Amino acid sequence: MPDPVLRLSRFTRRFHGPAAPPVLDRLDLTIPAGEFVALLGRSGSGKTTLLRTLAGLDPVTEGTASLPARRAVVFQEPRLLPWKPVWRNVALGLPGEAAVTRQRALAALQEVELSHRATAWPLTLSGGEAQRVGLARALVREPELLLLDEPFAALDALTRLRMQSLVGELWQRHRPAVLLVTHDVEEALLLADRVLVLAAGRLVEDLAVDLPRPRRRAAAAFDTLRVRLLATLGVDENGHDATARAA
Amino acid sequence: MSGQSLSVPALARGTPPRRLGLPRNLGAARRFVVPVLLLLLWQLAAQSGLVSTRLLAPPSAIAAAAWQLIASGELGYHLAVSLQRVAIGLSIALVAGVSLGLLAGLSRLGEDLVDATLQMLRALPFLALVPLLILWLGIGEATKIALVALGAAFPIYLTLFGGIRGVDPKLLEAGRVFGLSRAGVIRHIILPGALPQALVGLRYALGTAWLSLVVGEQINATAGIGYLVMDAREFLRTDIILVGLAIYALLGLGADQLVRMIERKALAWRPSVLGER
Repeated sequence: MPDPVLRLSRFTRRFHGPAAPPVLDRLDLTIPAGEFVALLGRSGSGKTTLLRTLAGLDPVTEGTASLPARRAVVFQEPRLLPWKPVWRNVALGLPGEAAVTRQRALAALQEVELSHRATAWPLTLSGGEAQRVGLARALVREPELLLLDEPFAALDALTRLRMQSLVGELWQRHRPAVLLVTHDVEEALLLADRVLVLAAGRLVEDLAVDLPRPRRRAAAAFDTLRVRLLATLGVDENGHDATARAA
Repeated sequence: MSGQSLSVPALARGTPPRRLGLPRNLGAARRFVVPVLLLLLWQLAAQSGLVSTRLLAPPSAIAAAAWQLIASGELGYHLAVSLQRVAIGLSIALVAGVSLGLLAGLSRLGEDLVDATLQMLRALPFLALVPLLILWLGIGEATKIALVALGAAFPIYLTLFGGIRGVDPKLLEAGRVFGLSRAGVIRHIILPGALPQALVGLRYALGTAWLSLVVGEQINATAGIGYLVMDAREFLRTDIILVGLAIYALLGLGADQLVRMIERKALAWRPSVLGER
């Protein structure tokens, strides 16, 4: 097994002082280099909180976290600077000479098939294009750990499918470790080597996905895993709230 | 009518059909129809004796007076004096407003020191300071320039401060995640993000600057557009007074156009600006 790029140990996070109930509760998590991990959870389960810490936006106060130096994030909203043309957004914060960073930015844009929009203003992009720029901005940093915070949630269904396969291809080409935060079970099963489920601040499921790639939603094994994950999330196959019915 | 408004060129350009049936190339001219009609009515009212020409000079007399003032060089001289006052006052306001706005916007300490004080001072109508300014600075140029500077500094400060604080925190986070230093965040995110607001402030500041100029030039001035107007009042020359008013209006318009031009250049990324192309 390759060296882990990410290791959390008894990582705990509270929002309102040391006595408050934890949002993330003594989490242990290890992600080896190059592994694609999906993190599922209902709203309020602490997914985003975990991602913020891994991105370096929130400090680690309880427990330990060892993180790689090169990390990059794709947010749910593209978060492009509207006053900078696309390629400058991609090159934002890259160290080095302007000519070199420009070349790197253009190369990254080519990978997401957006070379023709390099000099466009971000506000003229479609939702899918803007999200691809966000992806290029993350890739250009050659991250060891790529954090994806529900990056397809705001896209229409067709664009989402294209983006999912693009992310899959880019991951296979560059092989960063990926943590994909999502609430879409199928998306997780399409892309990830391993699916985690977070509930009430604890990891309640750690499921290896040993399906051959490219994966097909129609495959029987795919469906078995889907039903199992939905059950863990407390939803039955017809979309009913299983926990509510049990209660 | 509706058939005409859906004419082929309009569709080809992708413009929405116009509600009035006038062709598009008359659109600009259409906006002048009412002002021109009003001027005509005014002229007719004066000539027919309906309005006393002593109280309100007709447009023809105003045009004649303007021409005379231009030909004699008087207008140019007074205009230069007024413009100089605004230029100096506005420069002071820009330096003060921008530095205080940056100080308060970029640091909590700066905000605590500067903002509360300025918000209190802002509650004071600055024109009420005229008596004090006269006592402190006399009735010369200093008072007039100080008035312009005071009036224009507040909008610049307020909008810059508000603009800086209004920058989307999500963009600031993105900047941090992508490795920008504090200086980089300020340069690439905070300042460009605050610019649209700040330019609104600049436009507003220009408006207040003219207002302050009008008031300032009525205090014992010996030159300037305001002086021209006050002097004309002594001789009941409503034509010259109206020339002065027209000049003030044109200056205000010109300043507004200037800021719009800056906006088109500096805010080319905004959809509203993109739409104008």
